[in-house]
Amino acid sequence: MSIVAADANQPGPEAAHWQELKEAAVRRAPPQLVGKILYLEGLTVSFDGFKALNDLSLYVDPGELRCIIGPNGAGKTTMMDVITGKTRPDRGSVWFGRDVDLLRLTEPEIAQAGIGRKFQKPTVFEHLTVFENLELALAGPKSFWRSLVATLTGEQQSRIDGTLEVIGLTAHRRSMARILSHGQKQWLEIGMLLMQEPELLLVDEPVAGMTPQETERTAELLLSLAGKHSVVVVEHDMEFVRSIAGRVTVLHEGHVLAEGDMDTVQNDQRVREVYLGA
Amino acid sequence: MPVGSPLLATALPRDAAGRAFLGLIAACVVLVPVLNLLVPASSPLHVSTYVLTLLGKYLCYAMLAVAVDLVWGFCGILTLGHAAFFALGGYAMGMYLMRQIGTRGVYGNPLLPDFMVFLNWKELPWFWYGFNHFGFAALMVVLVPAALAFVFGYLAFRSRVTGVYLSIITQALSYALMLAFFRNDMGFGGNNGFTDFKELLGFDLQSDRIRVTLLVITALALGVSYLACRFIEASRAGRVIRAIRDAESRTRFLGYRVESYKLWIFVFSAIVAGVAGALYVPQVGIINPSEFAPINSIEVVIWVAIGGRGSLHGAALGAILVNYAKTFFTGALPEVWLYALGALFVFATLFLPRGLTGLIPQRTVAVGDNAVRPLA
Repeated sequence: MSIVAADANQPGPEAAHWQELKEAAVRRAPPQLVGKILYLEGLTVSFDGFKALNDLSLYVDPGELRCIIGPNGAGKTTMMDVITGKTRPDRGSVWFGRDVDLLRLTEPEIAQAGIGRKFQKPTVFEHLTVFENLELALAGPKSFWRSLVATLTGEQQSRIDGTLEVIGLTAHRRSMARILSHGQKQWLEIGMLLMQEPELLLVDEPVAGMTPQETERTAELLLSLAGKHSVVVVEHDMEFVRSIAGRVTVLHEGHVLAEGDMDTVQNDQRVREVYLGA
Repeated sequence: MPVGSPLLATALPRDAAGRAFLGLIAACVVLVPVLNLLVPASSPLHVSTYVLTLLGKYLCYAMLAVAVDLVWGFCGILTLGHAAFFALGGYAMGMYLMRQIGTRGVYGNPLLPDFMVFLNWKELPWFWYGFNHFGFAALMVVLVPAALAFVFGYLAFRSRVTGVYLSIITQALSYALMLAFFRNDMGFGGNNGFTDFKELLGFDLQSDRIRVTLLVITALALGVSYLACRFIEASRAGRVIRAIRDAESRTRFLGYRVESYKLWIFVFSAIVAGVAGALYVPQVGIINPSEFAPINSIEVVIWVAIGGRGSLHGAALGAILVNYAKTFFTGALPEVWLYALGALFVFATLFLPRGLTGLIPQRTVAVGDNAVRPLA
């Protein structure tokens, strides 16, 4: 992977297409007066002395599409783990909006509060149908007793149909999720995130292992989500990041090395050193 | 909710095998009593009381297998301690039956069971109070296994103990209970347990009529447990449970409290096992600590694996077939049985990953709009 290999300043019909989608996303975003949607401050996580996160601070605006890049071991996935409650930090604070202290919530509570997560490896329920996968992701009461007697309302049914349309799996609604292709599983998982109606989507390497066509569709899908939702994408694929990102954050050894638009980041001397050792 | 409402109807099997299974249960309820009570003993169609009692025992095991399949087949929790819940239900029923003996015991003590007199106890321990009432005993049959499953499950699932570790703890739980019940001063009859029962609700336990009644009740209880498990399985909760089995942390990030789902399934399963144990004791006439033995729980898992994990009727039929084989082998070639059981398990694991039900060609059935799936 090389961050500088891609020609940063080449305009073209391709670039114009992405620029248009990005601007549309920015227009949909709520005014900036409302404060940040996610505050990470002074996060430190160590595993047996190794500091996976080292005094990391990061803020995400409402409706923003933020890309996080960084070499292996930079702490990208650990950061997602902390936000979603899977890992508890040694120090630091994590606030969702101004009122929700995520460090006090469990994983299901964080999900209910409005944070959805897509895993690096596509994780769908293989032995349920595509439709059922989306059904389980529906926002709403999730207790055992409620789901024992839950039936789908017409409105929920059409929400699922709508999401099937968005992720392009309408024809596969009755198929078991295990027979889907890799890319289709990734989309199904994004569809499951949408069913949760999250304010913030955390998306870990959405295009790993995808064909170029699939990658392009995924980029369009994520851009269409930005604005309505805040989206944080962790990705290695620089072309992909260039096409979707407004702001890019570079992580290195557990803290923020650089932040800004793609060109600024690519021209940053420290970033070049980290990626090229130069 | 009225019977026949769309929600409850989800429990009814739409597949041929499930219907055939309910048909078999109906035959046990209707046909077997007729063949035992009305057909004369000289007729080849007569079902002897011996066979009838044996069948009743198998049906109790089938219920236990259904309970284990619910947590193992659908929720992915390999429990190696379900015999403990079965035995606890059995002990609760046994305590009632012991108190019914009254002055007909060897020592003729109106209050204390024989073993307490023998141990020179002067008064009834507090935990034996109330067991002279059938209603109280029946309540305990449900509550004691449920309470143990709740406490155990709460601690284990909340600490996220899974996989082989959980299996080992369930095994240890059952083993610990066995050692405890072996002790005389526990007040449960030590290694002899309870036996020599006389009557149940005033009916003589040796009479053909009560044995037929017990068989019918057992068959009905199996049918009800089966339908209840089907209902859970067909509900959204059932899909969440399968989701947990496939990808536990994904389910958690969708906002489901995985622990509570596992806990309620585990508790429900323990109740089914407890009721099965309570029906088992009056039919076999004895309950002792060996029912807690770890090997018993493992055998249940083998029945389920051979019948077909994840298929409720498969689990029940596996229990019945393996136990029939056990009765046959332990009679004909007693030393061979354990080898045969082991070989069966290895064979099923290697060649029949879906058990005997896997031999039936799969048919998929559309259920409403949301599924085309092979029905269990």
